[in-house]
Amino acid sequence: MTRALTVLATGPLALVQDLGRPGNAHLGVPPSGALDEPSLRLANRLVGNPEDAAGIETVLGGLRVRASAPCTVAVTGPSVSVRLDGLLVDSHSPLFLGAGAELEIGSPWRGLRCYLAVSGGVAVDRQLGSRSTDILSGIGPAPLRVGDVLPLGAVVEVPVGADVVCAVRAPEELVVPLLLGPREDWFADVTARLAGAVWSVSPESNRVGLRLLGEPLRRTSEFDGRELVSEGLVTGAVQVPASGLPVIFLSDHPTTGGYPVVGVVPAAHLAALAQARPGTRVRLRPST
Amino acid sequence: MRLRRCGPDAVLVELESLAEVAAARTALAAANLPGLVDLVPAARTVLASFTPGSPGPRLVPGVLERADLTAPPEVTAGEVVLPVVYGGPDLDLVASTAGLSVEDTIALHAGATYTVAFCGFAPGFAYLTGLPDPLCQPRLDTPRTRVPAGSVGVAGEFTGIYPRSSPGGWRLLARLADDVDPLFDATRNPAALLSPGDRVRFEARP
Repeated sequence: MTRALTVLATGPLALVQDLGRPGNAHLGVPPSGALDEPSLRLANRLVGNPEDAAGIETVLGGLRVRASAPCTVAVTGPSVSVRLDGLLVDSHSPLFLGAGAELEIGSPWRGLRCYLAVSGGVAVDRQLGSRSTDILSGIGPAPLRVGDVLPLGAVVEVPVGADVVCAVRAPEELVVPLLLGPREDWFADVTARLAGAVWSVSPESNRVGLRLLGEPLRRTSEFDGRELVSEGLVTGAVQVPASGLPVIFLSDHPTTGGYPVVGVVPAAHLAALAQARPGTRVRLRPST
Repeated sequence: MRLRRCGPDAVLVELESLAEVAAARTALAAANLPGLVDLVPAARTVLASFTPGSPGPRLVPGVLERADLTAPPEVTAGEVVLPVVYGGPDLDLVASTAGLSVEDTIALHAGATYTVAFCGFAPGFAYLTGLPDPLCQPRLDTPRTRVPAGSVGVAGEFTGIYPRSSPGGWRLLARLADDVDPLFDATRNPAALLSPGDRVRFEARP
């Protein structure tokens, strides 16, 4: 029997994600890929996959799948209840599913995004080298729907397990470093204002960017009303549109933008932002 | 030229002109910088981004100091010929703004050789330079809510083709002939027909 997963329920949003398709920005193609990359890598290690295998990224859980053939799965991300044929089982641990078994991911108590890895990986066709769904450009498979049958790849390694695996913490307040530049000079008194600001994650946030609410940043008089010619953007760039309210760009960000970027959040801190629910407080700690 | 930091692993190079952008992009692409992930040209900048912890960003200044940004880059890419059908909804407007007949406008647009300066706005949307001066015209006052895929337009110093239908304010002169492969198809390899540095010509079809 072909190895496959059948989607029985999707929750609010379930997407196929791997490590994305970086290296195509010169064609206008966003990098995409798992927002909480360490969690996807961990899930893949737990089931014996290469870390770059494709899994499923869920928002607020609610995913239910049925295995057509025996496979090993793991659920990572924040703490979450997982049920195997209705019985509670561990997240952050390899689980064996027999043919016909059903796995259900509950809603995480905190945080947003859980990851499901399956031995062999989700083997939908690659587009530009990746299986990730890019919600900005529409590249990659469509968001999962009930009834979708996801083919699984060949199993290459046995599950390794792990001694101690910790769930992701999703605190109510995040403090993330911000390396100023390239356009910090557009903003008035920028270091002091950023250091004193407490932002709140907007419900408008998505895989393109984390939108922040709070006291708007003000431009210096020199740059007031000035237009920026579009320029390249990196993941983690904190762009400040005319409203003065920052947007932290995540995996599905546009490759260029016409508003100044005040600073960049280093890649290692983006996973925590990917788990920030609306209302989470965010402090950006500027440095030069 | 000025270098600006863009996080721990990327450098934004600010330049004076599209010609300098092309020269800087070519020099950086030829330098085999370790850990280079993306090289993104734009109208007045080149963004070079690297894998985390790579020494690449520290090597960018040296490469650019050794490069001659005034010399036009060697043409290494091939020429892409795009058959188009002139007669777009703004062809008369472009001709009257240019002070030319429609026939001369078509001959001017189809007679030039263009270069892909950069891509952006949407996957596969290439900004082509080399537009003859009379055709350098402003955007429409009111952008269209839907421009059909394959529409060929001009805006400012650029001409370009919409790879998919989208809102847009470019003045439309033509559309790609029906038998041309899509400009961008994520399931194809290569996905994009046009990439920065490519030469492009339009061929008028009846």
